Amino acid sequence: MAAINRDDVAHLARLAHIEMSDQELDRMAGELAVIVDSVKSVSQAAGDDVPATSHPIPLTNVFREDVVGHTFTADQALSGAPDSDENRFKVPAILDEA
Amino acid sequence: MNTEAILSFEEAMEKYDPVLGFEVHVELNTKTKMFSSAPNVFGDEPNTNVNEVDLGMPGVLPVVNKTAVESSIKIGLALNCKIAESCRFARKNYFYPDTPKNFQTSQYDEPIAYDGYLDVELSDGTVFRVEIERAHMEEDAGKLTHMGGATGRIHGADFSLVDYNRAGVPLVEIVTKPIEGAGSRAPELAKAYVAAVREIVKNLGVSDARMERGNVRCDANVSLRPHGRERFGIRSETKNVNSLRAVEHAVRYEIQRHAAVLDAGNPVVQETRHWHEDTRTTTSGRPKSDADDYRYFPEPDLVPVVASREWVEELRATLPEPPAARRKRLQADWGYSDLEFRDVVNAGVMDEIEETIAAGASASVARKWWMGEIVGRAKNADVDPGQLGVQPATIVELARMVEEGRINNKMATEVLDGVLAGEGTPADIVEKRGLAVVSDDGPLLEAIDAALAAQPGVADKIRGGKVQAVGAIVGGVMKATRGQADAGRVKELILEKLGVTA
Repeated sequence: MAAINRDDVAHLARLAHIEMSDQELDRMAGELAVIVDSVKSVSQAAGDDVPATSHPIPLTNVFREDVVGHTFTADQALSGAPDSDENRFKVPAILDEA
Repeated sequence: MNTEAILSFEEAMEKYDPVLGFEVHVELNTKTKMFSSAPNVFGDEPNTNVNEVDLGMPGVLPVVNKTAVESSIKIGLALNCKIAESCRFARKNYFYPDTPKNFQTSQYDEPIAYDGYLDVELSDGTVFRVEIERAHMEEDAGKLTHMGGATGRIHGADFSLVDYNRAGVPLVEIVTKPIEGAGSRAPELAKAYVAAVREIVKNLGVSDARMERGNVRCDANVSLRPHGRERFGIRSETKNVNSLRAVEHAVRYEIQRHAAVLDAGNPVVQETRHWHEDTRTTTSGRPKSDADDYRYFPEPDLVPVVASREWVEELRATLPEPPAARRKRLQADWGYSDLEFRDVVNAGVMDEIEETIAAGASASVARKWWMGEIVGRAKNADVDPGQLGVQPATIVELARMVEEGRINNKMATEVLDGVLAGEGTPADIVEKRGLAVVSDDGPLLEAIDAALAAQPGVADKIRGGKVQAVGAIVGGVMKATRGQADAGRVKELILEKLGVTA
């Protein structure tokens, strides 16, 4: 069983900007450990001769030529923004995260 | 605002040994972004160089810019790095409005280039080797402008405006290994290192390398340890020090600040520092904390980049001569002394002199014109010498006219001013202004007689063998002919007339 305690979950929740209640933290600590163990079982299927990979398809060097394609207008770019000003996205002042 | 104690630099150096480290971000000058086909252009209207990839819209997929990869490999090679046979991109996760995806696509455990070095030359010619840990590919973030508040800085701002034109611009981040042994030359080395990196990427043609536009940006790490101790002290990281002068000042200030903290018996706080150009000090940013838990993981939307040895060698073959090697070669070719050559480099006219020599001028003539005439005029006009618009052909023509005795040096500088004022070619100006060395001996002999009569004492001295006194008579003749005589010919005629041999 993976060791994931309540503090670990609270830490992850904070990093992910997810607000969680005390009950949720308790429940997730148990559930996350099971999930991690389940995922880990994949490694039982792969022998030592199977290298780790980050991509399921054996492709490399998928490149694009350096040629300019399409862009949005500022209006299009901002069309989904909750707020904007001077053709720019307007966001709450955010200090460096501490 | 900032009242932190500092020690004098000299005292700090007596007590402590500085260790430096740099992260230099280089924006590549590709036509398009790292992962999208939106244009990579500086200074356009906000949010017009963006598409769905740059804005991190759901379901979009990045595609790697091949030219950006090639530029990254070139930088790695120029920094004497090994190029990874295979490397991956990774997601660096954080929430901040400059990154609409909530992660920056970067490289983590597999940088494209690693284990290199750069030999940095200090002002007195000392060469210091800086070891390069890695150079990796990533993308730039959008630009935030903090609005409202009293100071315009982030503290006290009411809201921020975001322009994503810069989001996704290809970056190469160059990270050094800890730099030990610089001692009191640490601030100078810091400046020289960043200058050398800037010169290299500019020489490679992979970046516009304009620091005032943020094309090259430096984070400077500084720590101190007592002399003789091997273990490093706790470091601070001063962010976005974006001019060469500021790099030098920031390192110097942090050394002085750390020394005062340590002297007071306190530990240095491991934190980000912000550099303030106006006060030439740093202030505390944020301590390193949970926020630096970026949870890197391999980017699932991109496949590995494999740099075959053939590809790497192809790229290596395209590399221009390294700047340091080029300087050495040019100095040897031109026969300038170390001091003369350093003056040329510091005046920023090495390229111009090279072009002038290529156009047919001798090395000494090219130096005389650029260093003796043009640099001063540029200084008066407050522009770079190259920006005055002096063509190599102009200098070659002026030098030839002087050599042929058609005009003298004084007239030539007058002609140069005419060229700069847009009056035409040197030949046009010589003709228009009626400039010509008086070569008919008749008028010269009259002027010589008058000058000798005016200074009989000098004439006697010359007759008596003091040949060097002839200068006074030559001066009188030049004055009488309003500078239009050939001084060499005048001297010959005077000596001839007085029956003296030089």
